[in-house]
Amino acid sequence: MNEMINRRTLLQVGGALVVAFSLPIDRTRAAAVGGKTVSTDRVDGFLAVARDGRVTVYSGKVDLGTGVRTALTQIVADELDVPMKEVTIIEGDTALAPDQGTTSGSFSIQNGGMQLRRAAATARQALLRRAAAQMRRDMSTLTIRDGVVVAASGERLPLGSLVESTTLALEIANDAPQKTPAEYTVVGKPVPRLDIPDKVNGRFTFMQDFKVPGMLHGRVVRPAGFGATVVSYDETSIAKIPGIVKVVRISNFLGIVAQSEWSAIQAAQQLKVTWSNWNGLPEQSKIWEHVRNTPIARDDVTSRAGLSRGTLDAAPCKLQATYDFAMHTHGSIGPSCAVASLADGKLTCWTASQATHDLRKQLAAMFDLADADVRCIYVEGAGCYGRNGHEDAASDAALLARAVGQPVRVQWMRADEHGWDPKGPPTLLDMRAGLNQQGNVVAWESELFVPDEVGGRLVPLVGSDLAGLNSLAKLSPGGVLNDHAIPYVIPNVTTTAHRLQSTPLRPSWIRSPGRLQNTFANESFLDEIAASTGTDPLDIRLQHLDDARGKDLLERLAKLSNWRERSQPDRNAEVVTGRGLAYVKYELVRTYVGAVAEVEVNRNTGALSVKRFYIAHDCGQIINPDGLRNQIEGCVVQTVSRVLKEEVTFDRSMVTSLDWSSYPILSLPEVPEIVIDLIDRPEKVPWGGGEPACAVIPSAIGGAVFEATGVRLRSVPFTPAKVLAALRAT
Amino acid sequence: MATASLNVNGKSVSVTVDDPDTPLLYVLRNELGFHGPRFGCGLGQCGACTVHIDGTATRSCVTPLSTVSGRIVTLEGLGTDTKPHPLQTAFIEEQAAQCGYCINGMIMQSADLLARNPKPSEQDVKTELANNLCRCGTHLRIVRAVMRAAAGSRRR
Repeated sequence: MNEMINRRTLLQVGGALVVAFSLPIDRTRAAAVGGKTVSTDRVDGFLAVARDGRVTVYSGKVDLGTGVRTALTQIVADELDVPMKEVTIIEGDTALAPDQGTTSGSFSIQNGGMQLRRAAATARQALLRRAAAQMRRDMSTLTIRDGVVVAASGERLPLGSLVESTTLALEIANDAPQKTPAEYTVVGKPVPRLDIPDKVNGRFTFMQDFKVPGMLHGRVVRPAGFGATVVSYDETSIAKIPGIVKVVRISNFLGIVAQSEWSAIQAAQQLKVTWSNWNGLPEQSKIWEHVRNTPIARDDVTSRAGLSRGTLDAAPCKLQATYDFAMHTHGSIGPSCAVASLADGKLTCWTASQATHDLRKQLAAMFDLADADVRCIYVEGAGCYGRNGHEDAASDAALLARAVGQPVRVQWMRADEHGWDPKGPPTLLDMRAGLNQQGNVVAWESELFVPDEVGGRLVPLVGSDLAGLNSLAKLSPGGVLNDHAIPYVIPNVTTTAHRLQSTPLRPSWIRSPGRLQNTFANESFLDEIAASTGTDPLDIRLQHLDDARGKDLLERLAKLSNWRERSQPDRNAEVVTGRGLAYVKYELVRTYVGAVAEVEVNRNTGALSVKRFYIAHDCGQIINPDGLRNQIEGCVVQTVSRVLKEEVTFDRSMVTSLDWSSYPILSLPEVPEIVIDLIDRPEKVPWGGGEPACAVIPSAIGGAVFEATGVRLRSVPFTPAKVLAALRAT
Repeated sequence: MATASLNVNGKSVSVTVDDPDTPLLYVLRNELGFHGPRFGCGLGQCGACTVHIDGTATRSCVTPLSTVSGRIVTLEGLGTDTKPHPLQTAFIEEQAAQCGYCINGMIMQSADLLARNPKPSEQDVKTELANNLCRCGTHLRIVRAVMRAAAGSRRR
């Protein structure tokens, strides 16, 4: 730490330090923010301490309704030893918060939170050093308690009194001493979430509630087919609707701006548009043929050990199976929404995007602006579960705001959301295994068919595409290769991902992308191998794991669910019950989850209901156990919904599952009981909890159906029709 | 243009809108500034927009303003700062929200249920909320919160 440099920085930015320390959280105006660094290497990128002792955290990771704001607050408050109520978090404002990457993949605590922890630990040292100098005491005799530096003698100095002389313009020291588990006071505690009181009394401002002065209302008019173009439109068809400000057409982008939201909605619905005929989608009934026949851009070998092909060919016993997983929509309960204002060559966009820094780059490219002239400000929206339509709504709002020269709010209608949000791509896996004479698995091969990634981790913006503008993006389904490789020790393995040049609908990532589909196939196929040799699903996993922590987790799961004591089903009953078990080590490097599903299958109707889930979960150090439980419950329920019910339907032109009756999700009476064993390891690094439990749900259900009926389900969703067809085939 | 007199959360208000058939949801949100009720589907399928009209849980997104004559209560008017509705307290105690977008509907629908049936079974609650959609998977906590509120009102 160079005091000279620090002082010079302080002088150079002048009042900026004070600005950063006392910035009002006025989100309706893009407040001046000169001098605030967004460097991920510097303490003041992430933290400011005001003279009144209040701490402001600038987080690039945002709370998407997961409760992570509370957990991040716990981390910073604990590391700095300030009361939680003194900590405010500003999230995802590109002018204020560092780019910590997309809020996705269960990385908000593992990566984002640990950056904050290191920043806070560095700040703590700097503040203590300053206090030691001021108090003329040895630093080792000082501690911080509730925002006050306390000397062994009892002398006290509030942190706020140190900020004028202690700049936080410091490099983050990765080796700054951090608290030991025994020293934590709020980390590890089930602290109530900060946002829930306002959410239950109607005071919370969601993105969908957000307004700015002079704001107009916009709605989009989407093509009748994904590739359709505007032939003509007739403005007189909406002449009777009051308060229409403008019908905006930019190439094939069509939108309405109106004084009132209801006028915008009516106009968008009633505007007479002739679209060209477009029917470039494949037949839904032949989707898997289509996927299999899509040209392959390249092959990625996701794991290799030994010589699988030769071993497999020579194996006396061979198994093979194909698994498929349908296209899914994110299904946010609140359709995507954004407000944009373009004035004096500067674009400000209020958005619920999970990646405001990326969105900024995309909007800047669209409008040919410098990145510095675009500011995206995060406002929490309805849960998005991945890259849904929030970014697209932002580009719509920006296009309309530019056209009318006033701020415009766009909220998608339900059909826009179901029809036009990017989809989890259809995923197909071919599995093969070879067993030797003794019944041991000697070879494993898997071929995965998923869209390629072209142009990085950015999803094209719908409005930009329709308007013929450049949003930097081409094709990105997310990290769908993860967990294609298996966590088990098998001597000869080849797993290959065929990266397809295209996929029917614009893809993106939905909660546990790839990990979910790949784990479904891997775990189900392992169960098929187990069944072929009469091995218990738990035993085959324990036999092939070389991971003490993973084995420990499975033993805890077995105990939690009384797995070994379970009774065998009466397969002659009309309604038959069964249990299935699944395991994942997320991405092979982090959170461990094991699940046991209990299901009931009606053999006459094919109706499948999930009665109970047991989950054992080890994500290392737990920051907030109740928040973690809430997330795990969410993983279970949402994925049960996806597995039992969900499938995007389409004709040759367009998605046809445009509302909640054509795309049903799990309803309350169908939700299983959930029993969770949280394995806390306070001495370990914290990993994520927002996704990993999703990955084990499909195969656990499939395994339970197999135990109940002897029938293996290999195609998600497990609809009654598919269950019945599988039962009748045996 | 149409002017309507409404009673919202115990107060009489007058609103003027272009179209008398504007759904009540937009009037509450944009003309009167109530954010409790939310737009979810515009089709009466998800429940995010639920308000009470004369105590009955009603989907405001498909209720034209012209048809409204009763007393409207939104989430903001269900309780007061000093005396929140037992459901609001229970939802906090059970931490029964994730993104929270559906919670307005969950609470308003449950409040209607508890007014009719102060001692519901868990099954009653599940059935009552079967048409209120939650995407985050907070369902079990929501049921616990409603049961907790019901147990609390039993004690009083």
